Amino acid sequence: MSMSEDVLSTAAAWRAAGEQVAIATVTETWGSSPRPAGSQMAVTKSGRMAGSVSGGCIEGAVADAAMKTIDSGTPQLLDFGVSHERAWEVGLACGGKVKVFVEKLS
Amino acid sequence: MTPEILAALEQAKQEKRPVVLATRLPSGEQRLLPGPNAPADLNAAANRALDRDESGTVKLGDTDWFLHAYNPPLRLIVVGAVHIAQALVPFAVPCGFSVTVVDPRRSFASDDRFPDTVISNEWPDEALDKFAPDSRTAIVTLTHDPKLDDPALDRALKSQAFYIGALGSRRTHAARLSRLRELGHQDSALARIRGPVGLNIEAVTAPEIALSIIAEIVAVRRNASLPAKPTP
Repeated sequence: MSMSEDVLSTAAAWRAAGEQVAIATVTETWGSSPRPAGSQMAVTKSGRMAGSVSGGCIEGAVADAAMKTIDSGTPQLLDFGVSHERAWEVGLACGGKVKVFVEKLS
Repeated sequence: MTPEILAALEQAKQEKRPVVLATRLPSGEQRLLPGPNAPADLNAAANRALDRDESGTVKLGDTDWFLHAYNPPLRLIVVGAVHIAQALVPFAVPCGFSVTVVDPRRSFASDDRFPDTVISNEWPDEALDKFAPDSRTAIVTLTHDPKLDDPALDRALKSQAFYIGALGSRRTHAARLSRLRELGHQDSALARIRGPVGLNIEAVTAPEIALSIIAEIVAVRRNASLPAKPTP
């Protein structure tokens, strides 16, 4: 896997190779979230992943959401943070909040 | 994301054209900015995002737009195809730099020593004139040879490069500064040159020195507060 931040190119290459791909992008952050807006993660139906949207605390949940978006084709705007009801499961240890937009590469 | 949007985005990146991908939230409808048919406020917000090199969500009227700024890559010019340069290139590329190594000595600047790297065998001043460094460019001189380093630094000082670093001990650096003074550079301009180059991490080996250099470049780009260098 490439170490570069160019997750979109990686996603496009996977798509071109016939994979079903979703892209997750950090759209907004509050407090001490580890990755800035614009950080991206690509996920394939077959389970490949590239990039990141946090320090590792929400990638699992985002990958689950990405699978749903790959199946349905419907984008999702996810909200992660201390006030979120799933915070106890996948909240950010740093106390920050992030919004993540998940879309399918059609 | 539609194949059309993805292709247009990839093409802009290929052509090194700054562009913003605007996504309406939460519906996900997308367009590229700035564009002739886009509303003026959306275009203005896109241009701000590109200027600041910062992506984020803006509210225009009742609509939330996520503006993803895609600027062309930062550039790094390394003058001197030396051992430290070989260690520096693999650090710089994943940090988002498009790297060019400049050295007229072909035995140093060979494809063998710098695989997958853009190499220029021109004299540094000519190479830099062609390269036209801008405010998204960093320049590092590593040759230790005034014949090569000085012309590069002269051109670097005449550019808007956001980072200028020169390898050499404090004594070497002091001698270098007095030579550049003779070329007409003022002390205020010479203060832009970071020498001895790199963050002080007591680096010894080539990879350690390369690490200290890329760390300093990143620190300057991100506006980190850095301790003053010892005066030469």
